[in-house]
Amino acid sequence: MSKGLTWRVSMILVFLLLSFLYLTPTLVSNLPSWWQGYLPKDKIHLGLDLQGGTHLVMEVETQKAVEGTLDIIATDLEDSLSAQNLRFKHISRVGSDKVQLVLYDKATAENAQNLVKKKYPEMEQLPTYDEGGFVNMSLRMSDKVAQDRRDKSVQQALETIRNRIDQFGVSEPVIQQEGINHVVVQLPGIKDPKRAIELIGRTARLEFKLVDENINAATATPGTIPEDDELLVEKRTDPATGAVTEIPLVVKKKAMITGDLLTDAQVRIDSQFNQPYVAIDFNSTGARLFDQVTAANVGKRFAIVLDNNIYSAPVIRERISGGSAQISGSFTEKEAADLSIVLRAGSLPAPVKIIQNVTVGPSLGQDSIHKGLIAGLVGVMLVVVFMAVYYKLAGLVANFGMVLNIIYLMGALAALGATLTLPGIAAIVLLVGMSVDSNVLIFERIREELRLGKTPAAGVDAGYDKAFLTIMDSHVTTLITAAVLFQFGTGPVKGFAVSLSLGIIINLFTSLLATRAVFDFFLSRMHVKKLSI
Amino acid sequence: MELIGKTKIDFIGMKKISFIISGIISIIGIIGIIQIGRGAANMGIDFSGGTSVQLKFSQPIAMEQARAALAKHNLAEANLQEIKEGNKLLVKVGKTTLATGKAADTIVEVFTKEIPGNTFVVEGSTEIGPSIGDKLRKDTLVAVAISLLGIIIYIAWRFDFRFGVGATLSTLHDVLAMIAVFFVLGKEINLLLITAVLTIAGYSLTDTVVVFDRIRENLHKNLKESMPAIFNRSINEVLSRTIVTSITTFLAAVSLLLFGGEVIHDFAFALVVGVVVATYSSIFVASPIVALWEERAAAQAKS
Repeated sequence: MSKGLTWRVSMILVFLLLSFLYLTPTLVSNLPSWWQGYLPKDKIHLGLDLQGGTHLVMEVETQKAVEGTLDIIATDLEDSLSAQNLRFKHISRVGSDKVQLVLYDKATAENAQNLVKKKYPEMEQLPTYDEGGFVNMSLRMSDKVAQDRRDKSVQQALETIRNRIDQFGVSEPVIQQEGINHVVVQLPGIKDPKRAIELIGRTARLEFKLVDENINAATATPGTIPEDDELLVEKRTDPATGAVTEIPLVVKKKAMITGDLLTDAQVRIDSQFNQPYVAIDFNSTGARLFDQVTAANVGKRFAIVLDNNIYSAPVIRERISGGSAQISGSFTEKEAADLSIVLRAGSLPAPVKIIQNVTVGPSLGQDSIHKGLIAGLVGVMLVVVFMAVYYKLAGLVANFGMVLNIIYLMGALAALGATLTLPGIAAIVLLVGMSVDSNVLIFERIREELRLGKTPAAGVDAGYDKAFLTIMDSHVTTLITAAVLFQFGTGPVKGFAVSLSLGIIINLFTSLLATRAVFDFFLSRMHVKKLSI
Repeated sequence: MELIGKTKIDFIGMKKISFIISGIISIIGIIGIIQIGRGAANMGIDFSGGTSVQLKFSQPIAMEQARAALAKHNLAEANLQEIKEGNKLLVKVGKTTLATGKAADTIVEVFTKEIPGNTFVVEGSTEIGPSIGDKLRKDTLVAVAISLLGIIIYIAWRFDFRFGVGATLSTLHDVLAMIAVFFVLGKEINLLLITAVLTIAGYSLTDTVVVFDRIRENLHKNLKESMPAIFNRSINEVLSRTIVTSITTFLAAVSLLLFGGEVIHDFAFALVVGVVVATYSSIFVASPIVALWEERAAAQAKS
C-alpha cells in the first residue's frame, strides 16, 4: 500500500468515526452515563417546521419609548416645579421630541431653565418666547439621545421578553434581535401558542390611578372631562355565563404608583370566594409612596390599571403601610399566573407589534419528518440502483461515496449545532443526486481514457486529474448561490442553505479523495486487467 | 452499460428552433415577473402579507360549507384549498382588515362556531404582516441579483467574458422558464419557489460549466476545425455525462415530489421542472450563444 493511500484511508475512517460520535445522541435515545462526560450529547437541532412550535417576529415601537421618556420628564418637571413653588400653567409633551412648559412670568421661566439644566443636561433648551401673556419654554430631545433611547428600548424589550419566557417555561427558546427594531422569538414544541403570544406581546404597564369621583363616568365622553383626567374601561367577566360587561371610569391621568416599583408578584387564592388574585410587593420607594397615597385618600377609589385597562378599582378603606397590595379581578387561575409573570418580569419599554407568526403543530412536523425520510430513502434507492446498473462495480464505489456523504453531512450538522429543516432534508435528497454527479463526471472521463487504450491505473489517474477543475468549478458556483441563500434566507430557507453548502464541501472531499482511495486500494492490491466501469 | 454511445448530433445547427422555443418561454417568464411585480400573480403570503391556517377535520368537509361559513363573517375572499389525504383544509386570507396576530384566531373561531359537528385541530398557521412581506420581496430580489452577479464574475474569471455571458443568459433562461411554468399553472409564488429557483440556477450552471470546460479544452487542442464543429463535438462528448447526471438528480427530485408530502410538494415540483430545463439549456442555449458570438468575432477579425 502506498503511503498516500494509508493517509487517505485513515482520514476517511477518522471522519467516519467523528460523524458517528456526533450522531450517537440523535440515534440512541438513552445514552449510558459514561457517555455524558466529554462526549457530544446534543441531538441534531430540528427546525420549527419539523418539531412544531411558534416563530414570532415582533416590532418594537421604539418611538413610543421616546415619547414615554418625554412623558416621564414632563411629569417629573411638574413635581419638581411644584416642590420649589414655581407656578406653571401647563407642562406636557408636544410632538415626538419636545416637552413644552407654559409659565406665568419671565422670572419663573429663568428658574425653571436652571432647574432643567441641572436635572436634564442632555435636553436641548429652545429659546423662550411670549405667547398671549404666558412664557412658552420648550425642551428638545436631541436626535442622538432619542436614538440611544430607541436602541435601549429594543435591548430592554429583549431582556423582558426573555425573562417572561423563562418564567413561562419553554425549553430551548431562541430570543434574538434582528435588524434595528425587530425581535425574533422561537418557541419549539409549545402547546398553547396563543397564551404564550399574549404573554410575550403584552406591554404590562401597571399603574395605580385615583378615580375622579366628581365626574359621572356613565355620561362622560373623552371631550367633556377635565384635561388631567382620562376615560378608561373596566371589563368584568361573569364567571358563570362568560358575558363581558364594560364599566367606564374616569381616572386621573397621572399615575400615583407604577409597576417598576414592584419587587414581587405571586398568585394566591382567596379562601373566602375561592377566587385567584395576584399579591404584589413594593420596594421601599413604592411602599412609602403607597403609604402616603392611601393615607391621603381614604374613602376614595384607587384604580389598578394595566395597559390602559382597569383591573379593579377598590375603595381605600384605610392607610396601607407595609408595601403589599393585591390585584383582584375576574380572572381565571391561568390568567392570574400569566399576570404575575409579566409583573415579575417587568413591563416592556414600548409596545410591541407582532408582524410575523408562524405556528406549526406537532402532528404536521412529525408528518414532515416521516415523509422527508421516505422521500430520502426512495431517492437514495433509485440512485443506488441506477448507478450500480450503469457503472457496475465503479457504480458501487460512487454509491459508497454517496452514503459516506450523507453520514458526514449528518455528523457535521450535529457537530456544528446547525438546524435541520424540511427544505434542509430536501437539500440532502438533492445532494444525493449531485454527489453522484461528480462521480459520473470522473467515470465518463475514465471511460474515455480507457477507450484511448490506457491501463486501468493510468485511466483512473487521468480521469480524476482531468475532471478535477470541472468539479471545482461546478461546486464553487453552487456554493455562491448557497452562501447568498444563507445570508438572505430566514428559517426553513436558511436550513436549506446550511445543508446545501455543508453538503457541497463534504462532496468535494468524498468525490475527489474518498472514492479515489477505493480505486487506488483495489488497483494496488489486486491485479486488475479490466476496470468494471 | 451505456445509454448513449458516440453521437454526432448537430446541436448548434438546431439553434433556430431552440432559440424560438426558449424565446417564447422567456417571454412568458418575463410576463410572469411583471405580473408578480404588479401583484397580479398567485403570490404566497410570505410576499404579499396575510394569513394561512391549515386545519385537520375529523370528518370530510364540504368546500361549499366552509366557504359559506367564512362568507358569513366577511371573509368571502378567503382562498380555500383542499388537501386530499386526511380531511385537511388550507385557508388563506390576504391582507385583510384583521390585525396581524388575530386573523388566525378569527378563522379558527369561525369554523368552531359555524361547523360545530366537525371537530378539527389547527395543524399550522402563518401570519405575515405587510411590512415583512415587502422586506422579504426586496431581500429576495437582492439575493437573486447578487447570486447571478457572483456567478457571472466567477465564470468570467474562469473562462472569458463571452462564456460568462452565455452561462448567465442560460441561467437566466432557466429562472424565467421555472417562473413561466409556475405562472401559467397558477401555482403559488413563494419563498420556497425562489429557493428552488436559486438552487436550480446553481445546478444549471454546473451543467453549463461542464460543457464549457470541454469546449475550452477542445479549442486549445484543435485550431483547424470550424467553431460550430468544435462546439458540437464537445457537446456530444459530454452528452452521456449530461444525461446521466440529469437522470440521477431527476430521480432524487421526483422521489421528493412523490413522497415528500404536501409541504414541499411545490418545491419539489419546481426542482423537477428546473432539472429538465437546466439540462436543455446547457446544451441548446448556453453553447449556441457563445458559438454564435465567437464565430462573429472570428469573422470580424478576418475582414
